Amino acid sequence: MSLPDDYLDYPWRQYGNDHNRYDWSMLTDRPPVQWPNGKRLAVWVNVSVEFYPLNQRGIPFKVPNGMTMPYPDLRHYSLRDYGNRVGIYRFLKAFDRYNVTPTFALNGQIAERYPSLLSRLADTGAELLAHGWNMDHLHYGGQDKAEEAEQIKRTLDTLRKHSGQSIDGWLSPAKNQSENTPDLLTAEGVRYCCDWVNDEMPYPFRTEQGDLMMMPLPTELEDQFVIGNNLHSEDSWVQQVKDAFDFLLEESATQGGRMLGLNIHPWMMGQPHRIGCLEEVLEYVSGHDAVWQTGSGEILQAFQGQQGSGREASS
Amino acid sequence: MMESLNAYEYYAYENRPKIRWPNGARVAFWVAPNIEFYELNPPPNPSRKAWPQPNPAVPGYSIRDWGNRVGHKRQMDLLEKYGIRGSVSLSVALCDHHPEIIAACKDRDWEFFSHGIYNTRYTYNMSEDQERAMIRDSIETIHRHTGQKCAGYLAPALSHSEHTLDLFAEVGTELFGDDAGFYTCDLFHDDQPTPVQVRSGKRFISMPYSLEMNDTIVYAVNKVEPRHYLNMLKRHFDRLYEEGAESGTVMCIPTHNYQISCPHRIKAFEEALEYITGHSDVWVATGREIAEHYLANGYDDARTAIARQNGGQR
Repeated sequence: MSLPDDYLDYPWRQYGNDHNRYDWSMLTDRPPVQWPNGKRLAVWVNVSVEFYPLNQRGIPFKVPNGMTMPYPDLRHYSLRDYGNRVGIYRFLKAFDRYNVTPTFALNGQIAERYPSLLSRLADTGAELLAHGWNMDHLHYGGQDKAEEAEQIKRTLDTLRKHSGQSIDGWLSPAKNQSENTPDLLTAEGVRYCCDWVNDEMPYPFRTEQGDLMMMPLPTELEDQFVIGNNLHSEDSWVQQVKDAFDFLLEESATQGGRMLGLNIHPWMMGQPHRIGCLEEVLEYVSGHDAVWQTGSGEILQAFQGQQGSGREASS
Repeated sequence: MMESLNAYEYYAYENRPKIRWPNGARVAFWVAPNIEFYELNPPPNPSRKAWPQPNPAVPGYSIRDWGNRVGHKRQMDLLEKYGIRGSVSLSVALCDHHPEIIAACKDRDWEFFSHGIYNTRYTYNMSEDQERAMIRDSIETIHRHTGQKCAGYLAPALSHSEHTLDLFAEVGTELFGDDAGFYTCDLFHDDQPTPVQVRSGKRFISMPYSLEMNDTIVYAVNKVEPRHYLNMLKRHFDRLYEEGAESGTVMCIPTHNYQISCPHRIKAFEEALEYITGHSDVWVATGREIAEHYLANGYDDARTAIARQNGGQR
């Protein structure tokens, strides 16, 4: 085998990124952010409410945490569905107990399959985000654009109709995207997206319809990543979240407001042996004077209220 | 394909001539931050896929971009706090993409060595001329942007050919004589520097760069808990410190800004740095400094000892 000579051509070897979606900027080079009421650390807890179909197609890959056994994989189907029946209600109780205002990112199909769950979540007053149609409808490079556009529209229409909320935020299943996803999202009125983990503060992302704000939700601190993918203990997850919290809080004392995004799953932390660990985390991250615990939409609003589009900050 | 690369000879880890580090230090300690650029749409290489998903592979690309946007500064501040100058394993295209990072490292007198052009351009299937051109580009780029004559090499994404070490040594000589191209981090066979045979006969060595302590191997491959990584780093150091009383050893922590600097992991790294630099007989150095010292003070003795051990062929 040999490689063509253009394997050593580098068409994007220039200042900035190797694409035009957003500007290159280091976090510490931007103006410091002040959160409302002198708070230093915005803590955003997002709950991903997911439906994993039994007849998983796996296009173009099997979604993490999806079916792995030969059909019908009742084991994984029902373990995930447990989150929507049992785990989520443990979450709701825990949020009440620690006075936490989360956001809920829902697969669109949840609204059709479990309308009472959707109503219950909407009734909490928390902001709802769209999380794709279901966990087997991935957005991926090379996907047919019309197919993806329909998938996005169906998801947003369904969630908007059933919840009465505007649904401004989007989280793709497995945080996977096609080359068109950001453009298709803004075309459907989505204001911000949580797929790109390349920052710790909101920043603007270019699309054909203008800026989409990116609200980074770190994957590597997620319950499903630490406990499910890495097979760390629940206690270690608690430790890791506390360490992240402590670090960001300390950094915010000298570098301006910071944001901790924590994505959790009712099928994971909603198990009886894990819920106590989630409660320990909620107690820890919500009980500090310097913490502003709220949803992504409010954090973004506060950010834009003082930083505008965020673009001048990075130029 | 070869049964063995034959780049180094067998050399038992007992009865070796003593390696003496400056000021009687037992361990030469260096930190090698990999500062990498992964492309969003890299060209295909038939031997290895760059990303597990079809492009754009947002999950993998974006966490690595986080490393440069957010993580780098955190790691740099921490190393500075403990008096450590990084030895940067550099995707040299980063000089063009993110010169702010290069300038900040240069201001702190860090070393830069070559880690290829991009970490998504693999050596596999390159002709010798292509690999030579890629290596030359990398050494020239480092010199153009930093003024440094690149001493070390770690192949991009650890992708090698049979001639990688030969070519790096040769191109270094062509450009800067003995001032460039004299150590490799691509071999993991020892805890001390050792002579490496390259076809030009140049004085060339392998520098211990531990994959076992490499944060990406620890976190992403072996999926170790951050606090346990701290234990591993301490134990690794303790043993090398103990053995270093007999003959100097090398400890390297190879890092990646997108792993080590994550808010839930950085504390473990800080405690390790505090522990290691808190010992009196540690020489905190750069890769180049360690390599130069060894070439001047240990290399010849090692060659003699190796020849004696292996029947005096040399």
